[in-house]
Amino acid sequence: MARMKFICDAERCIECNGCTTACKAEHDVPWGVNRRRVVTLDDGIPGEKSISVACMHCSDAPCMAVCPVDCFYRTDDGVVLHDKDVCIGCGYCSYACPFGAPQFPSNGTFGLRGKMDKCTFCAGGPEENGSEAEYEKYGRNRLAEGKLPACAEMCSTKALLGGDGDVVADIFRTRVMTRNKGSEVWGWGTAYGKPGENKPEGSKS
Amino acid sequence: MTRWVLALGGAALCLAGCGDKAQVLDHSKKAGEASWKGAKNAYVEPGWKAGDQKSWEQQVHNRAQAQNEYTRTGGAK
Repeated sequence: MARMKFICDAERCIECNGCTTACKAEHDVPWGVNRRRVVTLDDGIPGEKSISVACMHCSDAPCMAVCPVDCFYRTDDGVVLHDKDVCIGCGYCSYACPFGAPQFPSNGTFGLRGKMDKCTFCAGGPEENGSEAEYEKYGRNRLAEGKLPACAEMCSTKALLGGDGDVVADIFRTRVMTRNKGSEVWGWGTAYGKPGENKPEGSKS
Repeated sequence: MTRWVLALGGAALCLAGCGDKAQVLDHSKKAGEASWKGAKNAYVEPGWKAGDQKSWEQQVHNRAQAQNEYTRTGGAK
C-alpha cells in the first residue's frame, strides 16, 4: 500500500515557481488561491534557501482534528482530502495547519471566503474519478490516471519529489549519500542532529 | 361530469406529494473512489490496468522512479 508524501530538497530548489505554475494550470486554480507556493528564507542574501510548500498530507493531520463538520478524510494511499459539499468555510483548518495549506477563495462580491481549497496530491475528491464534477470542485485526478502530482513531475531540478514515501525518501537518501553529504544538508541536522552536537538526555540517535 | 373533474383534481393533489424531494440536511461525507480503480477520461496513462490495484501500484512506483536521476541516467547506484 502506497503512502503518498512530498519531499522538497532545499539544496536544489531554485525558486523558479514551476511547481506553483504547474499546479495552477493543471487544476484551473482560481486567482487568489495558491495550493502550492515557494517560500524563500534570507531572500537576496548569499546562501538563501527556497522550499516548495503545500499540504503535506500529514499522517495525524491537525486540520482533520479541528474540523467542526468533519469534512476531511484520508484515502488508502494516505492522501488527506476533503468534501466541499460538507465544508462550511469556517477557517479552523487554516489556523491548525502549520504549513498554511488551506486556502479560501475571496472572489465574491462581498469578499466571501467560500469553501476551503487545498492541494489534493492530484487525487481529486469524493466525486467519481476523472469526472467533470470532480474536476470542477477539486481539479484533475492524476493519481487515478496513473500519474503523480504535476508539481513534482514538472520540477526542473527534481528538488520536489512526490510519490510513495518509501520511494521518494529512498531517492533523496541516495542523492545525499552518493554526493558524500549528510548533516550539512539544510534541514538534515535539524532533524537528525549534527556530528559532535550534544543531544538531550533520552533522545534517540 | 363535475364529480369526475373533482375526483381527478383530488387525485392529482394527493399524488402531488409523491414528487416532493427530501429536504434533510445531508452531513454524511463521501468516502471517495480508490485511485487504482482508474479515471473515466481520455487522459489515463497507458501501461497499467484500471481496476487492478497491483498494476496501479507498480505504475505509480515506476513513475516515481522517473524522478530519480540515477535511474534515468544509469549513473551511481
